[in-house]
Amino acid sequence: MLSAANIAQILMSGLLMGLIYALIAAGLSLIFGLMDVVNFAHGEFLMTAMYATFGLVVLLSLDPLILSPIVAAIMFVVGAFCYRAIIVHAMRARTNVGMVQVFATFGLAITIRGLAQLVFTPDYRSIPKSWLGGQTFSVFGVYMPAPQLAGALASLLAFGALWLLMKRTDFGKALEATREDAGAVGLVGIDRNRVFAMGWGLGAALVGLAGAMLSIFYYIHPDVGGSFALIAYVTVALGGFGSVFGALAAGVIVGIVEAVSATVLQPSMKAIGIYAVYLLVVFLRPRGLFGHL
Amino acid sequence: MASAFESRRRNQLIIAAVVIVVMIALPLGIKDVYVQNILVLTVMYAALSQSWNILSGYCGQISLGHALYFGIGAYASTLLFVKFGVIPWFGMAIGGVFAAMIALIVGWPCFRLGGHYFTIATIVLAEIGLILFLNWDYAGAASGLQIPVSGDSWTTFTFLRSKLPYYYFALGLAAIVWLVTFFIEDSKWGYYWRAVRENTMAAQSLGVQVFRSKMAAAAVSAFFTAIGGSFYAQFVSYIDPDSVMVFQFSLLMALPAVIGGIGTLWGPALGAAILIPFTELTRSYMGGGGKGFDLIFYGAVIMIIALARPEGLLSLVTRTRHAPP
Amino acid sequence: MSALLETEALTVRFGGILANADVSIGVNEGEILGLIGPNGAGKSTLFNLVAGTYRPTSGRIRFEGRDITRLPPAMRCKLGIARTFQVVKSFETMSVLENVVVGALVRFTSTRTAREEAYRVLDVTGLTRRAEANARDLTPPEKRRLEVARALATQPKLLLLDEVLTGLTPAEAQKGVELVRKIRELGVTVVMVEHVMEVVMPLVDRAIVLDLGRVLVEGAPQAVVRDPKVIQAYLGDRFHA
Repeated sequence: MLSAANIAQILMSGLLMGLIYALIAAGLSLIFGLMDVVNFAHGEFLMTAMYATFGLVVLLSLDPLILSPIVAAIMFVVGAFCYRAIIVHAMRARTNVGMVQVFATFGLAITIRGLAQLVFTPDYRSIPKSWLGGQTFSVFGVYMPAPQLAGALASLLAFGALWLLMKRTDFGKALEATREDAGAVGLVGIDRNRVFAMGWGLGAALVGLAGAMLSIFYYIHPDVGGSFALIAYVTVALGGFGSVFGALAAGVIVGIVEAVSATVLQPSMKAIGIYAVYLLVVFLRPRGLFGHL
Repeated sequence: MASAFESRRRNQLIIAAVVIVVMIALPLGIKDVYVQNILVLTVMYAALSQSWNILSGYCGQISLGHALYFGIGAYASTLLFVKFGVIPWFGMAIGGVFAAMIALIVGWPCFRLGGHYFTIATIVLAEIGLILFLNWDYAGAASGLQIPVSGDSWTTFTFLRSKLPYYYFALGLAAIVWLVTFFIEDSKWGYYWRAVRENTMAAQSLGVQVFRSKMAAAAVSAFFTAIGGSFYAQFVSYIDPDSVMVFQFSLLMALPAVIGGIGTLWGPALGAAILIPFTELTRSYMGGGGKGFDLIFYGAVIMIIALARPEGLLSLVTRTRHAPP
Repeated sequence: MSALLETEALTVRFGGILANADVSIGVNEGEILGLIGPNGAGKSTLFNLVAGTYRPTSGRIRFEGRDITRLPPAMRCKLGIARTFQVVKSFETMSVLENVVVGALVRFTSTRTAREEAYRVLDVTGLTRRAEANARDLTPPEKRRLEVARALATQPKLLLLDEVLTGLTPAEAQKGVELVRKIRELGVTVVMVEHVMEVVMPLVDRAIVLDLGRVLVEGAPQAVVRDPKVIQAYLGDRFHA
């Protein structure tokens, strides 16, 4: 039987990982809410950020924690570039619209994977020495690994900053306006394409931050994006496509479900818990918890 | 006017007959087992992609989880053969029917979901299938199942010495799926599926029962995909979840149709003819050294097709049927 | 003339908005009925309720005496209610003929007979020479015609036309009017939602005016346009007849 200490540990592990999942999902939700496009290359953005962190650690010998804002900035540029070079064309499709968006972003995902293999080889990489790596805090007998804790805190900070951005800045308002009615914003002088590009940049930056934090304690390899991506889709659907803060709540739920599943089922089957949650939610409540359809 | 349509249809059949004759004759001069292998795979993927095309191309419900049905077919016939001695010919049919039933059960809740949600649900379901099979000891779990091959036999559909019988079976399957698609194109289902793809609301207002249509498309698609899976199991004599139920397979079933022409009669075959030999050749010449060139190339091709020519490469070969006056 | 369609105290609420309130109307067999009213009056909502796209919060709809309130759109089409969409929803990658065949297939199971029927409908709607063209290559007025042709192919008893004459040139609008008359001659009852008064009023047998979700006035078109309540609804309190 599980003791109270066990349960507390499960919940804490789930919470920490869940907040990181939320951060990964936030960018996906933002992009979808903005322009109704599901980015099937989102996992590869995460992977790119992890490699970028790795590369910078090797080049500059700085700690990943310090590098994380830089990686986020790099990913911002990557995201905006991807929009301008690829996505803007996908959105112009007049026929087979669904297929075009799915496969355009899929093609991007595969290309990025190939590039990662080319530059870094398929070998598993890890960041050997970092401030947080291997350290653990313990509160009342509940263990919180430092990297996960930092990731969770970074996630909360990012969501806080995002909230401020959306509510208090002109850019945030432009983002919100474009989300409401992309067709009309041109009339008030907002360049729709610019907003979309920035939206992609912001979405990529968020997942970039997550990637930087993950690289501290996760193996890095070209396929690492895959499983995280699926968790991200599940999280976004659960929270509601388009609701960034729904992604926060959903991420926590997903993290805890995963932690519980790993204990209740065999650890190799823990993903089923999350997938079952996804299916249940979309069948019973297609809008998700907080989404607008 | 009616006869113009009928002559178009007749032409399709004539082209198909010519292609079949060529395909039947093609391997007879080829002794190289490696090349024979590529031929078998090409034709198999043509069949698989055409099956996928029925649901995702004609009916517009993009599935990225078809590996589930492929795997179900492979495991159904293999389990029946290895554990109960049921010959694969029956096992295949049973697997196909079983996969169709799963498609209906899965479709019941899934088809109420809109576009992206549906696609993601298909990925999720295939992943669940993968995890379940990896942990199912009766079916060999991660180690998979081996099909005993002692010699050449049509009864047990196993052949040691030559790949040719496999090739002809796959060709037969591809031809059957092609014929099914051909008949669909001029049938009530075919019109309804395309209407559902184009505009669900308008289709409903014209009396199309959207949900039922999607279910029918899913069942037909799953049935043939599963038979392809059974075939594959016999061809390679060994299956495990990581080879028949992984996401890569789902993608590989979709790509020929996407490249050749999604929602068209010949698109999947054309796409398979281009994609599969290329895949195999790059794998051997770039030597799986994991340089990633093949991925970069694929990714770029998929992007280019999706963005520049979503109708697929087939549109380069044929004039569009409906030229404006 | 018997009532082909009746609504009984139809009310529908979207969130906090009362889009239709207590609407009870009847449509007589063989008539051309105009449904008019200022913007936001609830005409499209009523339209969609009859077509089955929306479900009412309360009230009932009867077609040929039968309660269809719970029936989905596809079943209503089978019973004989067809509609066009204000924002044209053609099947873009299919040809004009194929679009119409989809409609005809609700009555004919063989694609060959459905195609023959489709050709007949194309003839009625004047689209025969565009039969092989891709729907996406049609001009906007042609697309409107296609909407009508498709709906007509389902051999409806009741045809709901959603602003089919709006935004057409006077010449095109005249052709549209002729088409509607032809449709009525074929035995189809027509309900039209319209804005373009000058064109519609000579065409319809009867008009129902909606305002703020309720039925304001109904009667002969000439009487309705002069009704002070109607004028007030359209122009506001400042104008007096």
